[in-house]
Amino acid sequence: MFTTKSFIKKNKVGNYLKHVREHYIRDDIACGLQECESCFPVESFLSPDHENKCALFEFNHYIILDTNVILDQMDILEESILGNVIILHTVLKEVKHRSLPMYKRLYNIIDNPSRHFYVFINDHHKGTYLQQKEAELVNDYNDRCIRAACSWYINHAPKCRFIFLTDDSANRAKALQENIQSLSVSDYITNLNNNSSLTDKLSRKDYHAKDAAKDVFPNHLTNVELLTGIREGRLLQGTFRASRDNFLEGFVSVDSYEDQIIVQGRAGLNRAVDGDTVALELFREDDWVCPSDIVLEDEGVEDENVDDVISKENELKRETKKKRGAKPTGRVVGIIRRKWRQYCGILQGGIDGVYQLFVPADKSIPKIRVETRQAEFLRTQKLIVTIDSWPKHSRYPHGHFVRALGKIGDQSTENEVILLEHDVPHSQFSEEVLACLPKMPWIITDDDVTKRVDLRHLDICSVDPPGCTDIDDALHCRPIDPEKLEVGVHIADVSHFIRPGTPLDREAASRATTVYLVNNRIDMVPELLSSNLCSLRGGEERFAFSCIWEMDHNANILNVRFHKSIIKSRKAMTYEEAQLIIDDKTKQDSVAESLRNLNKLAKIMKQRRLANGALVLASPEVKIQMDSETMEPLDVEVKKLFETNSMIEEFMLQANISVAEKILEVFPDCAMLRRHPVPPSLNFDPLVKAGRHLGFEIKVDSGKNLAKSLDEAIKKDNPYLNTMFRILATRCMLQAVYFASGAFQKEDYYHYGLAVPLYTHFTSPIRRYADIIVHRLLAVICGSDATYPDLLDKKKTTDLCQNLNYRNRMAQYAGRASIAFNTHLFFKGKLQDEEGYVLYVRKNALQILIPRYGLECTLFLARKGETSNIFEYNEEDQTQKAGDVVLHAFDPVVVRLTLDSNNIQHEKFVLQLVKPVVDNFSVPGIDQTDDNDKKRKSPEPDKKKRKKKKH
Amino acid sequence: MSKNRELLSKIGLRLDGRRADELRRIRCKLGVFTEPDGSAYLEQGLTKILAAVYGPHQVRGNRSKAQHDAAVVNCQFSMAVFSTGERKRRPRGDRKSTEISIHLRQALTAAIKTELYPWSQIDVYVEVLHADGGIYPACVNAATLALIDAGIPLKEYVCACTASLANNDVPMLDISHQEEIIGGPTLTVAALPMSGKIVLMEMSQRFHVDHLQKVLEKALQGCRDIKHILDEAVKSHIQDVGSSTGWANTT
Repeated sequence: MFTTKSFIKKNKVGNYLKHVREHYIRDDIACGLQECESCFPVESFLSPDHENKCALFEFNHYIILDTNVILDQMDILEESILGNVIILHTVLKEVKHRSLPMYKRLYNIIDNPSRHFYVFINDHHKGTYLQQKEAELVNDYNDRCIRAACSWYINHAPKCRFIFLTDDSANRAKALQENIQSLSVSDYITNLNNNSSLTDKLSRKDYHAKDAAKDVFPNHLTNVELLTGIREGRLLQGTFRASRDNFLEGFVSVDSYEDQIIVQGRAGLNRAVDGDTVALELFREDDWVCPSDIVLEDEGVEDENVDDVISKENELKRETKKKRGAKPTGRVVGIIRRKWRQYCGILQGGIDGVYQLFVPADKSIPKIRVETRQAEFLRTQKLIVTIDSWPKHSRYPHGHFVRALGKIGDQSTENEVILLEHDVPHSQFSEEVLACLPKMPWIITDDDVTKRVDLRHLDICSVDPPGCTDIDDALHCRPIDPEKLEVGVHIADVSHFIRPGTPLDREAASRATTVYLVNNRIDMVPELLSSNLCSLRGGEERFAFSCIWEMDHNANILNVRFHKSIIKSRKAMTYEEAQLIIDDKTKQDSVAESLRNLNKLAKIMKQRRLANGALVLASPEVKIQMDSETMEPLDVEVKKLFETNSMIEEFMLQANISVAEKILEVFPDCAMLRRHPVPPSLNFDPLVKAGRHLGFEIKVDSGKNLAKSLDEAIKKDNPYLNTMFRILATRCMLQAVYFASGAFQKEDYYHYGLAVPLYTHFTSPIRRYADIIVHRLLAVICGSDATYPDLLDKKKTTDLCQNLNYRNRMAQYAGRASIAFNTHLFFKGKLQDEEGYVLYVRKNALQILIPRYGLECTLFLARKGETSNIFEYNEEDQTQKAGDVVLHAFDPVVVRLTLDSNNIQHEKFVLQLVKPVVDNFSVPGIDQTDDNDKKRKSPEPDKKKRKKKKH
Repeated sequence: MSKNRELLSKIGLRLDGRRADELRRIRCKLGVFTEPDGSAYLEQGLTKILAAVYGPHQVRGNRSKAQHDAAVVNCQFSMAVFSTGERKRRPRGDRKSTEISIHLRQALTAAIKTELYPWSQIDVYVEVLHADGGIYPACVNAATLALIDAGIPLKEYVCACTASLANNDVPMLDISHQEEIIGGPTLTVAALPMSGKIVLMEMSQRFHVDHLQKVLEKALQGCRDIKHILDEAVKSHIQDVGSSTGWANTT
């Protein structure tokens, strides 16, 4: 059968077009019931053996769901208690249209045979298709289709029973009229046998407080009002970002405004949660305020009382009512799209009863009210909670408990939290993926030898950090005539083992990168590959992808070639070992010789690169020494750098550049490259300002000038000053990203940080997926492999790049979070004086960087919300003054460091000033007799001050 | 919109409810006009085509085009102003219609026994009444029927069909307009299905070599299916015409 749908739609230009689409109605769609004899048999997971036990019905039954149930109660559905569920195609389409993440989660359930879900295509089925009536709303039409399908099932299989679950009471009433047994989800779940764990997970959308409750928030406008408002330009649409430090402040980034628009106060934020797309009303210019510098925290109270919020609001108002420096300000009038996700966190202690407050780990998310009967137990756990709704009479959003992760403070729990918060896929590799691995023992066949260049005779060695098991690069260097050197970079040939399109490949593409946590590594590829077959271990024969240059002694590249090869690394060294070999003049073997040559070349290359304007940036990187048995951090130290570090880096850079040039030449459209965009000059403002205060002019108009002015920013009395500048400069940068060459203009390929026109990643295929793609492209060029469709598809590559960029960013954040957590663990119960530097000067605080631990903490000069009567803030010069002590940015200080564990979730460092000494504020050093010679370097005014005090 | 839309759902149905290897509904009628020597109307899904054939007749206009050993096939393609969602005047002889005209001539010349009509000309006029994807194949199919209605000797049916790839993996047949917009490359094939000869093949974008074979296979299968449908239509038309003359009753 055949019918047409027609509808009218507005196109991009603004014309209204009529669309007519075909809609085929079929007679070959099966009901999916195993008992059914009349339908054409089809693969279906529905099973008569599964029993849904609900106290309201004494018979087994199938469940048909309404769209709202799936959208709101996904956490219930994901529990394996419910089974034999029929999902109608109408519902499926609606879910997909309303929320793609929900659709994906639903599909995961449908695909799982043990859950007994079945998709019934009612809208193409002869018996259940309904024509949309004239002027019928889509929602009503869908509801009608759903009920029609229910009735059809009831008539089709008289022996089976069907229950229709919906939270829409109107739909339920109509269904009952049509003799369809229907229930609301909460009724069904509460009457379910063995429901204990499920009731907590019920979404609380229908929760209503006493009607008398005062409204805490203003109303949101209706959708229609919002849309017309935006169209007419009265309202603005943007993404809401909550402030991390101040729960009463947020920013909305609107496309048409350069500045972010400030929203403040309860009414201004109006229930927007970080990430939501909101509609915003801009105030008149007289009412604009400037962003606040103060830190406000929501203490979280049991009842709906908002008095404390009001007092904080007033305080905030006082703070920001300044005429100067006012920025666009507005208030949120409605939510266009919620971006709620699941949040990790803990329960706030000290509240009794079934209503509990949940404190998310992410400070930009408000506290959430949840209902649970197992509060005692959950208080010891890290949990996941999701938001269901935020009615206007409620101070906090309502949510429900999803699952517990483990005990608070456990390292495994914390790792889990970090991984979840950063969306890192970290489950075990599936059977399907493991099946793609080569069978052990793995041997090199003659066939392999003929296809590869045999380089086993070369003296190749690898240099890596200590404890590294995934060695993906090795080097060699040998003289080929008096004028020339042959330098080879050999990269593990991962693409030989990971074939395109296999489950292993798909898994690796989705993971995109290996994530390094302090005591854990989340591999991108299974361990057999990452630590064995692909790892270029010393003394073992391995497949490699080689990039071989001929260079003269001035490190000029004469020519380059790429091929697959077999190598046998002579030795896997650490940076330190390699450095010792180079420095040890008595060693004269070939490995030592080639290391020396490499080192010499690398120095020339680095020189040349820096002269071209490559930036030397700095970020405090630390390594945490772990106790191998207790897995407790023993010490935190800054990573040591040897000359060999930069030697390896130099050759890897060169290999990447050479490969980038090659693949772009052959694949101008779909080469995977990496670009580092030039940061907008606005980004450099903090750097330039900080420079100006200290009497340096930082030029930011080009990378070269920036590099030059950074080199010149040196002060004799503060040797760390230059590093501080570089740290600040690093923060001005944008992220480098992968892209498909066809998607950008040639001039945008530029890599700003490295100052090279072309760059890619080729040298770490074990831990980065981008490198695997680059390997495949290069293999095609060398003729050792064939292309496959997705490799040459510009759009596919672009999509892939997006995922890689996202995962990389997240992996980076996860790594940092892990280090931060372990640093906290290390400092637990310790009290220490440390040297630090002022990074930024704020109104009521100083941002202090402690290089030894790579820590950045806040030193509060006044109590929360108060202005200090000791310190005087000079906004113009960015200084804080107390008596005759003036603190500038970048000034060295000594601070006492303790860990405040009152808030288990946000353990934070509390700093107290030790030096310079300020009366009534600073504390004496723990150990005045400490003859740590570093401390003697304290600045001049400080000494004077102390002398004065002694007198 | 195109990003989160899949051409073939996981259940195996396309957006309009077809399976991957199903054609759209084809309905056709021969002899719809009396004035031309042959005419046909063909619906392929919502794409609706009228075709009319004049000739063979003397070469008109520029006599020098006439060939001593074969008939000249002259094709003219046009689209009605109301054939798409947006009403648009389409002057004859624009780039697109000229191209389709030439492609039509190529496909039809391959099927017509032109050598039987030296010094003469056959005119084929094709008009699109409603365009909903796969215009060219529908034109070829309609023109074939019109030629048969005109009684012009053909080597065999010439049928055309489109095919594309769904989700970069599954080949699918007879692409609708919606799928053309969302989907990737489309392959158009005009073939002589009985002998399996391909007379015209066109790709809207590049296909990867690995995919081409299976998509082509699918398109050829489509041509064969269309041939069956056309064949049925021709037979029933002959029967109608025959029975009205009393010829069917003689057996």
